Amino acid sequence: MGDDRFDGLRVAVTGGTSGLGLALVRELSRRGARVAFVARGADRVAAVARESANVHGIAGDVSRKEDIYPIAVQVLGELGGLDVLINNASDLGTAPLRLLADTDCEDLERALATNLLGPFRLTKAVLGALAASAREGRGAVVINVSSDAAVTPYPTWGAYGASKAALRHMTSIWDTELESEGIRFLSIDPGDMDTPLHALAVPDADPASLRRPDVAARDLLDAVAAVLPSIAPVGAGTVSEAPVSTRIQ
Amino acid sequence: MTPAVAAIQRPTNAKLLVVAPDGTLTSRSRARLADVLRPGDLVVANDAATLPASLSGVHQRTGDAIEVRLAGRPSLSETDVDRFSAVVFGSGDFHTPTERRPLPPAMAIGDMLTLGPLRAAVTGFLSHRRLISLRFDGTADEIWAGLARHGRPIQYSYLATPLALWDVWTVIAGPPVAFEPPSAGFVIDWRNVADLRQRGIGFATITHAAGISSTGDDELDARLPLDEPYRIPVATAAAIERARLQGRRIVAIGTTVVRALEHSAAGNGTVVAGEGLATQHISEQTRLQIVDAILTGVHEPGTSHFRLLQALTDELTLVRALQMMEALGYRSHEFGDSMLIERTPILPGRGWKGPVERIEVPVQERPDAIP
Repeated sequence: MGDDRFDGLRVAVTGGTSGLGLALVRELSRRGARVAFVARGADRVAAVARESANVHGIAGDVSRKEDIYPIAVQVLGELGGLDVLINNASDLGTAPLRLLADTDCEDLERALATNLLGPFRLTKAVLGALAASAREGRGAVVINVSSDAAVTPYPTWGAYGASKAALRHMTSIWDTELESEGIRFLSIDPGDMDTPLHALAVPDADPASLRRPDVAARDLLDAVAAVLPSIAPVGAGTVSEAPVSTRIQ
Repeated sequence: MTPAVAAIQRPTNAKLLVVAPDGTLTSRSRARLADVLRPGDLVVANDAATLPASLSGVHQRTGDAIEVRLAGRPSLSETDVDRFSAVVFGSGDFHTPTERRPLPPAMAIGDMLTLGPLRAAVTGFLSHRRLISLRFDGTADEIWAGLARHGRPIQYSYLATPLALWDVWTVIAGPPVAFEPPSAGFVIDWRNVADLRQRGIGFATITHAAGISSTGDDELDARLPLDEPYRIPVATAAAIERARLQGRRIVAIGTTVVRALEHSAAGNGTVVAGEGLATQHISEQTRLQIVDAILTGVHEPGTSHFRLLQALTDELTLVRALQMMEALGYRSHEFGDSMLIERTPILPGRGWKGPVERIEVPVQERPDAIP
């Protein structure tokens, strides 16, 4: 469902060279969206950008304050504006996972920089473009990729869980404050996926028991389509239309 | 007037001088913008984000250091980013006022400029030694990446510390197509936008590639503003037409909005959605068709911005306004205080208002009555 709704839609994805982010870039390209994605490794960015149509690769690190505006210049410059931002880049904090009491402050800071401050800064930098898109009736959606660790206090997931809990709460506040501007903010938990990040956290997990990122990407984009204005007016409470497998928190 | 030397977009004590249609002057608190405007007004702002348009580098043939300030583009197309007009300075940086910056080395068509990761060829001279046209090598994405990483926002010598992009992007900034910030928009934050809505005041945006405000060269400055591309969204054009039909005011945030809307309406008196290239200069000779009021910074006589304001009110009123702002300690320049000029209606049979008549109008100083 929802393919037409992505035709020409301007979408930015962070963490776009692996796991869910890579799957999102490919699926968005397949659905006809215009995509700008961000990741740290310039070579990998160039390789991913080459493989799909209408895809712009941007080398940058969302956890670094100095990188945010150069990223925003490229996203908004290359796409001419923005309709959907997907803050997907995530940092586990500690790998292997550790008890919170054994977690270095620096590791917590890094998890917060990537999972909370990065999405905050990038959202602020592109908010004007999103609001313009909403005023023009194109819709404006920010997806913050969440986790069940944002809700459940799993032992050893402290740095990651705390940063994702903060992101989830921030998402709710953004959504409440900016509903009047027509900008929707959703936390989406894609479930446990067979991704490099999950392999770092749980090295001995059976891949067959995990969701495939391409399936999670399709579900996530269907949830985006459900809140775009062509299917339902902005703010009309379409959360229940999201597929059950993708949990909008 | 004293320039505002700190790069703070919305100081809590920012002031707003309201120039009423009859020339009455009132000083207000700028944070209460929504209270100064009227329910039914439609506020139109420029949502252009500012490019990091200052590029340091080398003129390859001579090896001389140069600073290239991108100054214009033929269109807003996101793929049409190889061709620019640009002002070129010799060595030095923003700590030297532009009027004292050395000329660049003598350049010829075809000369290459190395600007960090970017390479550009000089493609022409626009009838001034500092003003060139250039063409960047590479794909659109490579050019965007080079500008984003190597470029810096154009700096101002009156500021002590260099500006970062977050200093010059308005909160509503979208497409990065302005060469200097549309600084009248610094007044707006998301609280203002919510306040406007609450008071029944509309808010819409256009995108206008605001050019450079000053080059430090009198001959070049006399040609400003250069041609500027703009885009008017369908929703904005429709909101303007609705407001005009219902007799509501159009309030422009900044001179760029006036230029775009009046250019768009020059054809048949209606603001048309889509992209255009604003080529006209607005002055006391211009009869405005769309804009009823402008919110703008403090502009000095003799500048192109001051001439534009004379399309809304007469020169003597503006001079009185400047005198009052001087007396009240208003600050000038990009991060300074603001004026709201409500257009004097053009009455049938009423000729030019002589200076004597205007000087007799008493300056009413009513400091902000709102606690």
